[in-house]
This record gives sequence, C-alpha cells and structure tokens, in this order.
Amino acid sequence: MRSTVIVFPGSNCDRDIAVALEKMQFKNQMVWHKETKLPKSDLIVLPGGFSYGDYLRSGAIAGKSLIIDEVIKAANSGCLILGICNGFQILTETGLLKGTLLRNKNLRFINKNVCIKVMNNNTRFSSKYKKNQILKINIAHNEGNYFTDSKHLDKLNKENLIAFKYCDEKGNINQESNPNGSLENIAGILNTKRNILGMMPHPERMIDEIISNKDGINLFSSLLN
Amino acid sequence: MKFSVTVTLKKDVLDPQGKVVENTLVNMGMNNLKNIRQGKYFQIEVDDNDQITAEKKIDEMCKKLLVNLIIEDYKINKI
Repeated sequence: MRSTVIVFPGSNCDRDIAVALEKMQFKNQMVWHKETKLPKSDLIVLPGGFSYGDYLRSGAIAGKSLIIDEVIKAANSGCLILGICNGFQILTETGLLKGTLLRNKNLRFINKNVCIKVMNNNTRFSSKYKKNQILKINIAHNEGNYFTDSKHLDKLNKENLIAFKYCDEKGNINQESNPNGSLENIAGILNTKRNILGMMPHPERMIDEIISNKDGINLFSSLLN
Repeated sequence: MKFSVTVTLKKDVLDPQGKVVENTLVNMGMNNLKNIRQGKYFQIEVDDNDQITAEKKIDEMCKKLLVNLIIEDYKINKI
C-alpha cells in the first residue's frame, strides 16, 4: 500500500506518522506542500502540527497551498485521506470535511491521553477495531472543539459518519469526558463517501508499548486490509 | 482604495476569549458591561478606481480565505 505524507511549514508530526506507516509496511513518501504533483498513492495523510504558525485560523493557509488542489482531486476520485489534528483542521478548511474546529472551551492547549470510543467500525479506517471499543489516545491541540450546523450534525448521526467520540475509561460519553467542548463529544468524522477521515487524537503516537500503547495500530492495519 | 474588513463570530457561536475579556473587565470594576465579542480586523488596499469592482474583489477575498463562513460574519467598509 502506497502512502503519501504532505509536509507543510510548521508540520511537526510528519516524521511520527511516517515512522508509523513504515512500521506497518506502507511504502511511504513525503511530499512538500509546494509540489504540484502527487505520487501514486492509496492513502494521503495530512499530519499534525502548526502549519503556517496557525496564522489566520488553524489550517486556513495550508488549506490553500499548491498541493491541496491535487489532494482534493485525489479525494474526489476515491483516494483514502487521513487528517490528524492540524490535518483535520486543514481538511475542514479545504471543504473536504464539513464543520470547523474552534478553540478549546477551556481556552487551554490540552496535551494528554484521553479515551475515545469507536462509533463506527464499518470503515476503511476502523474495520480492525470492535464497535464501541475504547481506545486510549493522545490529544495535543488548542483548537479541537468540533462545531457544525445542526443539519450537518443530523446527517453525521443518521449516516453514521462519526468515527470516534471522546469518552471516559468506562465508555461514558458525557460533558465530563469531553476534553475540549466538542459538539456531542466528536473526536473524528468521515465524509459521506467514507474515504476521508479527520480526527483530533494522534493514532501515530500509539504504536509502541515502550513509549505509549498500541491502541493506534489497528487504524493502520485497517487501512492495509 | 482602502477598505476595512471586520470579522466577528456569529451570534450563536461561543466566544470563550470574549467571555474571559468581559469577565476581567467586570472584575476590574467596569460596570454596565453587557457583552463582549472578540473579532478580527483587516485593512486592505487594492489597486482599483471603481469602488464596486474593488468591493467585489474584497468580498471574494473574504469568502475564499479571510472568513470561515460556518462560524464568522464579516463587514466591509471603505476607509
């Protein structure tokens, strides 16, 4: 499986995701944002970080970079797209995913391991997880408070497009287990065609027992499936 | 020709920064304070003599980059 990681000025999880992909036997390439052509890819990853220093709005400038036109074309032709953290913010700024990520409700940058629940395991990104499985995954963001209009929220619920929700260790989804004020505890969403996933938590940080845990591994093995 | 663009969060969108500023001002003893919403301000100069064309250009800039229409409103003014 061929993967491509797009690198923006200010990306800082690009190496981490590359290590994760290579560990999982993806043939990975890094592509600088000024490129105008993408190598043949089955998966394109927009990594975490602070592209362009979060100027204007998180992901706003990266969302208009040269390579993004190619990413949009690839997405429209069915290529799998994964946006993690800043990558999720970029996906909403390009319009590939609807909604937006507001500043955390408590106005603080949050860096901690939180629990998320697999809401839909019938996707290319999550088939190796069990439905309602609870994962412990790191979040590290200042703007992770997902917001969308009520019409789109209905659609997300009706079409089962919410991939992950924040929960506590027992799986309860409520205000107490919501770290950032996100609408309905949403941690990750899919587009209608389900070939695009945007998520705030960092699965690439959870691939090794020595430094964290292995809760992120199945996201990558799902993609290989 | 010079324009100003003011970008504010829509009415229903929570503005935690504005709230904190508001609470601080209240704590400082500023009475009669009802509500504060924080926004962004751009000053844009364009090379155009026709105001309508220039405003159209600024409007396009707003829609395409400066404003996130899901959560923000904007106002364009000639200055």
